[in-house]
Order: sequence, then C-alpha cells, then structure tokens
Amino acid sequence: MAEAATATGTAGAPDKSRRQRPAEFNVFIGLILIALVFEVLGWIFQGQSFLFNFQRLSIMVLQVSIVGIIAVGVTQVIITGGIDLSSGSLVGATAMIAMSLAQVSTHERAVFPALTDLPVIIPVAAGLICGLAAGLVNGALIAYTKIPPFIATLGMMVTARGFSKWYTKGQPISFPTEGFASIGAGMNPVLIFIIVAALFTLILRFTVYGRRTYAIGSNEQAARVSGINVEHHLMLVYAIAGGLAALAGIVLAARGLTAQAGAGVMYELDAIAMAVIGGTSLSGGRGSIIGTTLGMLIFGVIISGFTFLRLDAYYQEMIKGAIIVIAVVLDVYRQRMRGRS
Amino acid sequence: MSADDRKIILRTEALTKHYGGVHALEAADFILRDGEHVAIVGDNGAGKSTFVRQITGVEQPTSGKIFFDGQEVSFKNPIEARDHGIETVFQNLALADDLDVPSNLFLGREETYFNLGPFSILNERSMTQKAVGALQTTGVKIPDVKNKIRNMSGGQRQCVAISRAATFASKLIIMDEPTAALGVQETAQVENIIRGLKKRGIPLILISHNLRQVLDLVDKVWVWRRGRIVGAVDRDKTDGNEIVSLITGVKSGIDGEAAFV
Ligand SMILES: Nc1ncnc2c1ncn2[C@@H]1O[C@H](COP(=O)(O)OP(=O)(O)OP(=O)(O)O)[C@@H](O)[C@H]1O
Ligand SMILES: [Mg+2]
Repeated sequence: MAEAATATGTAGAPDKSRRQRPAEFNVFIGLILIALVFEVLGWIFQGQSFLFNFQRLSIMVLQVSIVGIIAVGVTQVIITGGIDLSSGSLVGATAMIAMSLAQVSTHERAVFPALTDLPVIIPVAAGLICGLAAGLVNGALIAYTKIPPFIATLGMMVTARGFSKWYTKGQPISFPTEGFASIGAGMNPVLIFIIVAALFTLILRFTVYGRRTYAIGSNEQAARVSGINVEHHLMLVYAIAGGLAALAGIVLAARGLTAQAGAGVMYELDAIAMAVIGGTSLSGGRGSIIGTTLGMLIFGVIISGFTFLRLDAYYQEMIKGAIIVIAVVLDVYRQRMRGRS
Repeated sequence: MSADDRKIILRTEALTKHYGGVHALEAADFILRDGEHVAIVGDNGAGKSTFVRQITGVEQPTSGKIFFDGQEVSFKNPIEARDHGIETVFQNLALADDLDVPSNLFLGREETYFNLGPFSILNERSMTQKAVGALQTTGVKIPDVKNKIRNMSGGQRQCVAISRAATFASKLIIMDEPTAALGVQETAQVENIIRGLKKRGIPLILISHNLRQVLDLVDKVWVWRRGRIVGAVDRDKTDGNEIVSLITGVKSGIDGEAAFV
C-alpha cells in the first residue's frame, strides 16, 4: 500500500500552488502613482514641487498619524471579520477624561480642582484604562450576545459621544500641565504612531495572538473546533482597539492643548478607510499594519494634495467619501477575483 | 477476532439530540473498543454528523450519557474533547483558508518559545519542521507548506485536515466523509492513512457513503436510519446487500453500490 501513498494530493492545477505577491506591494505602487500625479499637477498649476517640500510632508504625516494610531487597532478588528465604529467617539471621551486629570492648578475653573498638577502618568493611565474597558465591552457584546459588530460598536459610538457631552456639559477642557502637553508636541504623534505600528506588526506576525486573529477572520468555525477560545480572543482584540483609540485621544488632546466633546468625530471612518485602502479585507482573514500604514499615507497624500492645489474644503470631504467607497469596491472586487481562482 | 474482551474506549447510552421538532438522534447506544475501526453508514440526514457533534463537544446532547476511556464525560467544547485525545475531521473542513499548512496543523496548539500568554512568540521553525514530518508520515505531498490553504486544491486541503487529525490523535479519531469530494488517487491516499492508523492501533470512527471503502477498511459497520441505530454488523459476517437493506429499511432487492451514490 506504500505505493499508493506516492500518488499524492497534487492533483490541483499547478498554478494554484504559486505564491502570490503580497497585497501591500500593489498598495505601495498606488501610493507612488498618486504622489506622482500630485507632483505633476503641482508643477502645472502651482509651479512648484509637491513632494520635495519637507515642511509639507511633515505636516501631512502629522495630520494622519493620530487617525493612524486608531487604524492600527481597527485593522486588527477587521482582520477578525468585525468592524469598530466606536473609535472616533472613544477618542473624544478619552480625550476629555485624560484632559480633566491633566489640568494645571493655576487654572481657576479646573474640572477637578482637587486633582490638578498630577504626574502625567495619571491622566494617561486613566484615558487608556477607559478606552480598554470600552473596547472590552464591545468585545464582550459581540462575542457573547452575537450582536453583529456593526450594531454593538454603533451603540458604543453613540454612548461614548453622549458621555463626552455630559462630562462637562459641553464645555471644552483646557490648560494641561507641561508634561501632558509634551506628549503631542513636535513630531511626537508621528513617533508614537511608528512605535505602535511597529509593535503590532511584530505581534500580528510572530505571536499566538496574531495567528489566531487571522484564523478567526478566516474561518471562525475552524478556529473554534481547533480549540481557540474565540470569545476571549475577540474581547482582547476589541479591547486593544479601544486602548489604541484612547491613545489617539490622549495624543490629540495633548497636541491641541484642549479636549472637547466633538473631538474625533468621523475618525472611525477614516481609520476603516485607511485599513481597507491598505488591503485589509472587510470579510476578514487578510490585512496587515504595513498595508494600513501605506493606506494612511495615501490618505495623507490625497488630503494634503488637495490643500496644495487650493481645492475647497467641501471638495475634500466629498473626495474622502469617494475614497472610502472606492476602497470598499476594490475589496469586493479582490474578493470576487479570489473566489474565481 | 475476540473483540469483546478489549477495553471500551467510547460508549454512548441513549444519546439523543433534538433540534426543536427535528429528532436528529434518537436513543443511540454505541460502543467502540480499543484499536477497533468502525464505520457509520446511513442515508443523508440519518443523524451521522449529529452524532459526531455530540461526542466531540461541538454541541450538547438533549439527553443520554457518553463514556470515554472509562469515565462519563460531557465535553463543554471541542477543546475538552481534544484534550482527551479525540481528533476529528469534520464534514465541512475546519481549516483557516488564509493560513499556511503549519499554522493550520498547529491551530489552537501553537508551539512557542516562552509563555507570554496570548503574546507568546511562535516557534515557526519547529512547527514547520513537524508539519513537514507529519505530512511525510501520512504520505501527503504538498509542494510548498508555506502556501496558503486558499491556494490549494480540494484534495490537498482534505489531506492537510486528515494529516492534522492523524498526527495529534492519541485515543480516538473521527472522520466524517473524508473522501466525499476526492478523486481516485486522493481517496486511495486517505485510505492509506486510515490503514496506517489501524497499524498504530488508534481507534477510528469513519463516516462514509462508499460501501466498498467501508467494507475494505473497517471491522464493524454501524447502520443509522432516521436518527436511530438499526444495526451493527461485523465486517466478516456481512456483505453489501445486508447493509443496504438495513440502511433503506427494506430487506432485499436493491443492488449494492447503487443506493450509496
Ligand atoms: N443545527 C441544526 N438545526 C436543525 N436541524 C438540524 C441541525 N443539524 C442537523 N439537523 C437535522 O438533523 C438531521 C440529521 O442531520 P445530520 O447532519 O446528522 O445527517 P447526516 O447523517 O450527517 O447526513 P449526510 O450524510 O447528508 O451528511 C437532518 O434532518 C438535519 O436536517
Ligand atoms: Mg453528515
């Protein structure tokens, strides 16, 4: 019978076993092409280079890196086959909470007059813990009640925004300590994004957590019968996403030296768009932080490109909407191509 | 063979599963002894897969008892069943399409360098080496184990799922229609894996509609009809016709293979 064993399972067409080029490569090409288009348009309409302007590039990266921090968490959620609509509201809520504990004593209308001039670790920890907890609630709802992620996180989105408005009855919170403000100073937001992105690139690639995140998005039933505790894992993924939204909220508040109830509105959609543009599939199982980083840069190039060409802000909003739709259409298209092979 | 003095590995007592009004499994008394290879046959919807889901912890039975390896068990989830040494190849493949072969083989039991909980670092090299070894032992040839399951043929996928079960099973292996979608060569290969398990003495429950295959491979055939066990016949004391009549509920007349296709 050993003879029969040599007749093996290689019956599939040979081209099926060819390894594919990583999806990130195409995204990278896309980034280069879009940047070149703006470079050409820049010379035509503005008589100057779009790309070779260090100040413009650093503002561009600064603009997107705070949403980029959120997108790192959202990418992981989407890889499990879920979605997180609450991250923008969590940015607002955690910015308020952190800022209220970061005020200086010389400010006479502090939110908590007894809790001023605290060491920077306290507002940061409070913000992060609240974000993690909110994410944990998202994850628990999704894992145990089987509510679709869309609905569960929509609930959190509305609740967290309501909390932000209630917290100071709509008043903005300002006057942070120098230590807290330094978190958002200079290029620190970009630095924080790079650290977060690098850390989660390694975690997704090399740890049990990463492998199981892809497995759940790929085939939840398979993950379950293979012995993965899917419920616990989803709670962890959503908690991490909540924690990263909180980190973004802290950086945003520190950078703007103020926190207000409306902070972070629509950030969740930008973050989802960055992930999807970067090749993360809305049907789960595929995606990477490197792709999302490229998606973030595409986003940044387009926004700052339109500003550079002096296009009206209203156009920018509409273009952003179009980018999101195009990204999702591309994802559906990729999905169909894959189904055909 | 005097099967009856061998240790009982799995026994169910009046095992019953109802899905609302659907009586998918009705008072099943089943016995499997150490080293024994048995088949479960029956028409579509007879309750075969339902039985598998009850004894592997995927679902909880409506009533009845399960005894495994000498003690009563009620597995709350597939992890517990697996921790007891039961490996299952489910009817709808349980592979993660976006992962490669080693990741799938070790899904849920990843090897790591040191324990950092969920953030433990994967020992990729060891898992790949063992995966290659596992495929070799089961005679499965996959050109590139680092290729994603998505890019493999149906036969290759099934072979991966079966090698996974064969590699990790220590007390019992269950295969639900493992060759249903396979070509002639792949079917022969799966049958070889099963013969290898027989040599290793690992008990097997094989669910199959292929009567030729069943009579070739197993010691005993359990026949299911409409959720009930209607017979258990020794391979050496039966022929295809008897089994067919048990399956269909008529005593004679139908030609062996036809009813199974
Ligand atoms: N989750 C469920 N909910 C409701 N009914 C179910 C469920 N699972 C199975 N059934 C029903 O239970 C009966 C037995 O199904 P089962 O899958 O066990 O059959 P089977 O013997 O494995 O058939 P096949 O040979 O087609 O695989 C069928 O009538 C089926 O419709
Ligand atoms: Mg079945």
